[in-house]
Amino acid sequence: MSKNLLLVSITLIAIIVSAVINKQKTALGLRRGIKMFMALLPQFLVLLVLVSIFFAFVPQKTLASFLMQQAGWLGIIVTAIIGSIALIPAPIAYPLTGMLAQNGVPLSILAVFITTLMMVGILTLPVEKAYFGLPLTILRNFLFLVGALIIGLLVGVIL
Amino acid sequence: MKKISDIPFGYIVALIFALTSFVLIVLEIPFGKQLVREFTAFSSEMVIILPCIFILIGLLDVWIPKQLIQQHIGEESGFRGAVYVIMLAMFQGGPLYGAFPTVHLLWKKGCSMRNVFMYLGAFSSLKIPMMLFEVNFLGWKFTLARAAIALPVFVIIAYIMARYARVKGLQMKNLTYKETKGQQ
Repeated sequence: MSKNLLLVSITLIAIIVSAVINKQKTALGLRRGIKMFMALLPQFLVLLVLVSIFFAFVPQKTLASFLMQQAGWLGIIVTAIIGSIALIPAPIAYPLTGMLAQNGVPLSILAVFITTLMMVGILTLPVEKAYFGLPLTILRNFLFLVGALIIGLLVGVIL
Repeated sequence: MKKISDIPFGYIVALIFALTSFVLIVLEIPFGKQLVREFTAFSSEMVIILPCIFILIGLLDVWIPKQLIQQHIGEESGFRGAVYVIMLAMFQGGPLYGAFPTVHLLWKKGCSMRNVFMYLGAFSSLKIPMMLFEVNFLGWKFTLARAAIALPVFVIIAYIMARYARVKGLQMKNLTYKETKGQQ
């Protein structure tokens, strides 16, 4: 919550400072920002609906207890799939992984989970597609999925 | 009169979602309540984050000179340009969907595709606010190891993506064009 408050304060200060320097430019900037927001609102709504459906089916508690049972190769792949689909903000994701670590979940699995969670976004595909088009979006997510697996495996080897 | 096909897909999806949730709640099926609860949880965050991000992007759009971006992180920026975008991304926070508007602005101002993907890579794995959480819950050894391996991985991915985009002639979508088309 405090992080959101910080963002709101920064935004308000930016608007005020900008308006003091140049009112016309500020008005133009606000118009452009709002226009872009409106243009992308449909994609963000799809994202919201997908996230709601996903977590209604798989509550975070279920997700945690499921991840707790993962181990070995299959565990890494299953975790990569879950991390790619799920969309969990960092302030919630890290306490979750901390708890998993205490419950003996291997570090390589945690690394794969975090990396896929942050880098690969199946649910954010509609939004990403609006910016990058389908080919770049698919390739980026695929490459980051492979990258996440490499990162997870190497972390497991090192630690 | 607007045709139904003119209504963006997202609004239709949202409408169907709202109606379905409503029906489920009226029928007292517990899944409906779960849907609404998850929707409220995530939308309460997005309702604050998204307008702020887009307002900031709009303001940066009018204030940042194109020349500045083009010169420092543009096509000719080389190694130094990559370092700049990675450092820029490290000081950001928030979810990945918030980074897309930012890279779009950078790209519009002349940032190269390679650096766009560098930014996304660094944003998703080297963000300082995120790593502070990580150190807290998983320890600094884990955090350092993960970050040290992630850096070369996403640098390589950025090069592959940039090369693929160049060969196929792909760029980011020009959203302003879409807007003017919609106004006709």
